[in-house]
Amino acid sequence: MSSARVQRLAFGCIWAAAILTIGVLALIIGLIVWRGLPSISWEFLTGSPENLGRDGGILPTIIGTMVLGLVALLIATPLGIGSAIYLTEYTYESRFTRAIRFCTESLAGVPSIIFGLFGFIFFVTYLQMGWSILAGGLTLALMVLPTIIRTSEEAIRTVPQSYRDVSYSLGATRWKMVTTAVLPSALPGIVTGVILSFGRAVSETAAVIFTAGTALNVPTSIFSPVRTMAVHFYILAVEGISLEKAYATGTVLIVTVLLINVIASSLITRLVRQRVRRS
Amino acid sequence: MKERGIGILLLLAALGALIALGLITYFIFQAGVPLIARVGLWEFLSGMRWNPTSKPPQFGILPMIVGSLWLTVGALVIGVPLGLAVAVFMVELAPPQLAMVMRPAIQLLAGIPSVIYGFIGLTLLAPLVRAAFGGPGLSVLTGAIILGFMILPTIIAISEDAIRAVPLAIREGALALGSSHWQAISGVILPTARSGIIAGVILGMGRALGETMAVIMMIGNSLDIPTSPLQPATTLTSNIGLELAYASGPHREALFATGVVLFIFIMILNALATTFVRRPVLSRSST
Repeated sequence: MSSARVQRLAFGCIWAAAILTIGVLALIIGLIVWRGLPSISWEFLTGSPENLGRDGGILPTIIGTMVLGLVALLIATPLGIGSAIYLTEYTYESRFTRAIRFCTESLAGVPSIIFGLFGFIFFVTYLQMGWSILAGGLTLALMVLPTIIRTSEEAIRTVPQSYRDVSYSLGATRWKMVTTAVLPSALPGIVTGVILSFGRAVSETAAVIFTAGTALNVPTSIFSPVRTMAVHFYILAVEGISLEKAYATGTVLIVTVLLINVIASSLITRLVRQRVRRS
Repeated sequence: MKERGIGILLLLAALGALIALGLITYFIFQAGVPLIARVGLWEFLSGMRWNPTSKPPQFGILPMIVGSLWLTVGALVIGVPLGLAVAVFMVELAPPQLAMVMRPAIQLLAGIPSVIYGFIGLTLLAPLVRAAFGGPGLSVLTGAIILGFMILPTIIAISEDAIRAVPLAIREGALALGSSHWQAISGVILPTARSGIIAGVILGMGRALGETMAVIMMIGNSLDIPTSPLQPATTLTSNIGLELAYASGPHREALFATGVVLFIFIMILNALATTFVRRPVLSRSST
């Protein structure tokens, strides 16, 4: 075969792979939304589940998802940004920072079921939090911590050195320099990481089901157990409770994730433009 | 004084990841290792029977190890060629406008909850597999195909970075010597990006090995060792996910012991991936 023909064949395969990937994405979203949309109504979004979810709505699971995600971010965001500031502004590359980076990378690779096991034995059992928003939120916080550290670090690193120099030359202390020169400029990147982390928290099942529980009530305190949308969807599908409600819940779940991703990518686009302007 | 205090607080935040990893390791191991010690490591790993509540109980996880291996290898067979092709597409072939659309789409592929993937496997793919090849449908094959797509974003992102990092001089050198675009890609660019691509494959492998809820929904959860891809199976993760909710006593310990085995596998993969990522692109010619 001539090299031109080989190339045509190879590029054909590569185009096919790209189209297949996008096609599968469209198929997944399309199928769930197409089957789920007819069952979605105002009552579904604002009602409580009845008969284990066979009837009624999903309001408690929407509230549970949001609250759990917010608690996780409330814990992980200061920790992650603090860690990123320390690694970029307060120390030099050393064996210590390499060790911290290795731990961050490793934590990012730990499967969610291991987080579930850990949250169950440590937060739920050992610290006696029980199945609760607190235990679930803490578990999720550890899970999204690497994402927040990495995106914050990356955002801080792209802040031009001149910003720091000018701040110092005006007599700022290191912390003053960080809060007035570095953080405002790195903010869009940091926020993107936080939003993507929220998306991970919304999607998660394995780490949540064993730490936050599966209760179908509206939570009254951070010690209440909750069921998230993803867990509700899983239970509806696996226990064969209601395929119709599963599609509807899946649709709300997908639309939520879609919204989170749209917000994140519009922030990224703005970020890229900002960087282009700077350089 | 205030500066010192802030510095110390930030240091503590930086230690967060280290402390978290330490706590996870300690608590999983202390909950699981005693049972492995009682049963015997070899008995635990090579035992064919998992009857945690029978008298006397049997704690053998070989069926799950085999299931995890089947599924992970299957996911790689689907995910690696596809992911690599999409990565090449993004860097070398895609018109800029299309690449702009593809990037968030791939990110979305990573953002879709794993339970949704599992549901698609359960309701769409399993019946198709049953109709086309026979068997129960909920099988290694169904799980591997869906998992292959689930690990795509990991493989694409890391391979794409590696391909992009190939120096322009190398690419232009290949073209200047008269090779076609494809010859430059297959003969020069991909081999140069090799170590980054391997890192992506290893991380994808870790994701496939660690996936739980989607696997439970698709794989049929049979404790027999599968002899063909059309049979159902159980994995290390799916067994934990299925039984943790009601397990107690030695049964629960055995699930944590399964977690220990999984954790060790994953840590080995993480360490491997890190060494491959660190390796410079031009290890030989740059020295």
